[in-house]
Amino acid sequence: MKYLITLLLSIVFTTQGIAQQNNVIEMADVMRSNGKIYVVVAVLATIFIGLMIYLIRIDKKVQKLEE
Amino acid sequence: MKMKWWKTLGIILVLYSIITGLLFPVPKLDILNETVRNLYFHVTMWFSMIFLMLLSMTNSLRFLSGFEKRFDLKAETYASTGLFIATLGLTTGMVWAQFTWGAFWVNDPKLNGAAVTMLIYLAYFILRNSIDNEESKARVSAVYNILAFVMMIVFIGILPRMTDSLHPGNGGNPGFSNYDLDSSMRMVFYPAVIGWILIGTWIAEISYRIKVLDFNKENN
Repeated sequence: MKYLITLLLSIVFTTQGIAQQNNVIEMADVMRSNGKIYVVVAVLATIFIGLMIYLIRIDKKVQKLEE
Repeated sequence: MKMKWWKTLGIILVLYSIITGLLFPVPKLDILNETVRNLYFHVTMWFSMIFLMLLSMTNSLRFLSGFEKRFDLKAETYASTGLFIATLGLTTGMVWAQFTWGAFWVNDPKLNGAAVTMLIYLAYFILRNSIDNEESKARVSAVYNILAFVMMIVFIGILPRMTDSLHPGNGGNPGFSNYDLDSSMRMVFYPAVIGWILIGTWIAEISYRIKVLDFNKENN
């Protein structure tokens, strides 16, 4: 099924390319179509949330010291 | 703990920009390809830096109008956080430049202007550390800080716009508003800018509070 989708997509893209005189600008559409980009989003979001939790904890500690 | 609302807002906005910045559609552009998404991460660093430098400058002005020590301390903290974020902006910009312009550093007025700005702010810290007298240190560096802010505006806001530049919106190059016709990028970009401004201010605020704690400890 995946191969079929890839095949179909590549046909679509190549025909588009011929139509636009091979002027197709390459984007990560295929990567997005099979969903793998969500992995990257999840990793980045995890790292960012982790950093923010760290920042909140420092904030808390400073607040405790201030009292 | 009671979180201040703007800190939570900062986290939410940046998290939103990470998720939508990678998933939302972007205009298809030659050479740039998917790297156009760097707009949400690299350019926001500079906006955050400019905002922190503005806070630093206003605190220097407040110091000069009353000579209260805390404003000087605030000005220093905002400037150092701003410089840190500028370093992030510069390094991310270098990576982006390597893959779109072909070199880590190109002779572009905006790049050189950013580098000069960072040197100007480095000189601010050298100036601070070179004066022993606390009172005159604060006064001299406050005056210099105001000059530094003006120079920053000239070097990254005005000069690159007057000559040819590879950066969008400069030297006759179209800004991103020209190819972002359906405003899909603005929906991510503006929240990202506000988010990073809030997080930059937050980091500076924590670092200022630590400095105050240090100061109180020394004087007790």
